Amino acid sequence: MSKMMSSSVIDQTSSLSISSQNILSNGTIVDFSVGSMPANYGYDESFSKEDDEEDSNEESSQFKPRILIMGLRKSGKTSIKNVVFHKMEPNETLLLDPTTKTNLEDISCCSFITFQVYDCSGQIDLFNDPTCDYIALLKGCGSLIFVIDAQDEDQYTDAISCLTQTIFKGYNINRGIKFEVFIHKVDGFPDEKKMDIYNEIQQRANEMLIQQDATESLIQKIYLNYHLTSIYDHSIFEAFSKVVHKLIPQHRQLERLLDFLCNSCGLERAFLFDVASKIFIASDCISPLDTQLYELCCDKIDLVLDISNIYAPKDVEGISADDSSYTCVKLNNELYLYMKQVDKFLAFVCVIRDEIFVENRGIMDYNLTLFKDSIKDILSAQKTVSQDQSVNNQNNTNSSEPDTSNMANNILGNF
Amino acid sequence: MRKKILLIGKSGSGKTSMRAIIFANYTSRDTNRLGATIEVNQAYFKFLGNLILNLWDCGGQDHFMENYFSSQRDTIFKNVEVLIYVFDVYSFETEKDIFYYQRSLESLVTHSPNAKIFVLVNKMDLIPEYERDKKFEKHKAEILEYSKPVQIKCFQTSIWDETLYRAWSSIVQDIVLNSSLLANSLNEFSNVIEADEILLFERTTFLVVSQSLRKEHSDLKRFEKISSIIKQFKVNCNRFDTTFQSIEIKNDNFTIIIDNFTPNTYIMVIVSDPNITPALTIHNIKYAQKHFQLLESQT
Repeated sequence: MSKMMSSSVIDQTSSLSISSQNILSNGTIVDFSVGSMPANYGYDESFSKEDDEEDSNEESSQFKPRILIMGLRKSGKTSIKNVVFHKMEPNETLLLDPTTKTNLEDISCCSFITFQVYDCSGQIDLFNDPTCDYIALLKGCGSLIFVIDAQDEDQYTDAISCLTQTIFKGYNINRGIKFEVFIHKVDGFPDEKKMDIYNEIQQRANEMLIQQDATESLIQKIYLNYHLTSIYDHSIFEAFSKVVHKLIPQHRQLERLLDFLCNSCGLERAFLFDVASKIFIASDCISPLDTQLYELCCDKIDLVLDISNIYAPKDVEGISADDSSYTCVKLNNELYLYMKQVDKFLAFVCVIRDEIFVENRGIMDYNLTLFKDSIKDILSAQKTVSQDQSVNNQNNTNSSEPDTSNMANNILGNF
Repeated sequence: MRKKILLIGKSGSGKTSMRAIIFANYTSRDTNRLGATIEVNQAYFKFLGNLILNLWDCGGQDHFMENYFSSQRDTIFKNVEVLIYVFDVYSFETEKDIFYYQRSLESLVTHSPNAKIFVLVNKMDLIPEYERDKKFEKHKAEILEYSKPVQIKCFQTSIWDETLYRAWSSIVQDIVLNSSLLANSLNEFSNVIEADEILLFERTTFLVVSQSLRKEHSDLKRFEKISSIIKQFKVNCNRFDTTFQSIEIKNDNFTIIIDNFTPNTYIMVIVSDPNITPALTIHNIKYAQKHFQLLESQT
């Protein structure tokens, strides 16, 4: 229903080409994002040749982490990308064509980081293809998501051997890559079967890794995580959220901010959502993640976006972020879902009890304005760091953590 | 007050799926679990207080259809308030379809001459978007031709988008008794609280039963879109054993309030005047409730 995402993808692409020209001194930049014409109208199959600049890669990966989505063909990579980032309905993904070329997309995901999502074609063997510069690709990579089709049991062995090969190659090029395995298309299975498949794949992958690894020390060093996912429910968003968390340097701080807020306002649960993709950037740590509440919040965001898009005037898109705007859904089990837009891409959604909300609404709104300011501080600190680095092209060692205790002191206290 | 609604059409045209989505909170995906309907499936739905809809979902397989026009003719076609005939746009047996359709019309006109007739051309999602309207107009012209001299209303539908809600909203609005009285009251209310639009939804199905529009809006399909959006949210909430009571959206451009209204309806008020606070609108809605509850119980 709302096609808001596509316009911001195109915007972000043009600013990418400008900033990447600042960072890199030599090497041609080929920018061929989906949906926009690249700057020089050129179009070739190779990836951007940023391999000579080791330093700049480390730095640029801090601000534009790359997520590679790899896997055998027809495992579901392009569908995942479209459902999560382009708001495609899951049943429309059946109409997608197989990906022939590897696509780079710059997702203006949220204010903190701009993603580059590489949707690799399953038909090209990345490592053997002479036109692919996989070294450059993996060097700047923050996370590598390997998608395995859980419904295709015959392919398990192939998939797992491809996975192992990828892990070894990837680890040798870039020690910092976090490997995530999405055990995908699990919507058809009952819960027990899901756990069986999960255990089986994990076991077989471990075996194969140990077999190929002479020293056995590699297993301990590799960061490898498994997720059960499906595009037909919220599991794909949750899995992607967890992947994103590890790539955001300020994640821990954001969680602390949310903890402060929860404690002082008596919230059941608080999330910081990226509105366009429904990935949550952070949530409070008071209790383990309750999938139900997360899903309810996702549904609520869908509802609000859809209705707002019908009634918004022509030139305005999305939700406005000023102090007096809010959205509030009252559920019949004495819970309120309260949402306030923090900035253009982020929204704060919380679950709060009836009585508490009604009594302490004003104080909570005040605390939320402080919260918004803190987020803005974090954001501007991030920008300063990236600007310094792009101008000087040096490693910047001082971490720019804003003082969260400042905000904590100002938040009006417990009741 | 009971109203009998006949749902007839070829086997596999989508009658039971539509019924499940509108009345039984199924999602579009869930409907692939439904099997063929055996003979006639009768169901009762309470609608807007005193109205009870008696829905006759007639299985469309050939031997059942033959019976409807012969031995069961009286039972089926008597006392019908509304006939809904469903065509599958992808059907290849057009002659047989038309044959059954015309026989249904004949039987209906004989036994329930005052019944209203709605024809739905279903499964429009199978046609690519750019061809849809053209194809539908073609089908509609054909159907109108075959229906002469009987008056019918024709809609295109698909269970995968909001067109389903549009068709069923129209059907339901024709059935509701004092719809003009309701519309007038809504208009008065709307003028008092200076709302841009007010929509009244039936509680379980979320079909629009009445509306009041004070301001022009470009999107003519918004009612059914809203129905399907809110229904979707409601179904999602039901998955967690909960449901929503009210929704409030406020920003610079508009304030939207969706709330419980009468025991059988929800109200949606859209206000674009920034000077009117949501609290004021909510307050006004509470006061108007009594009047509308009285109106409802009087039908």
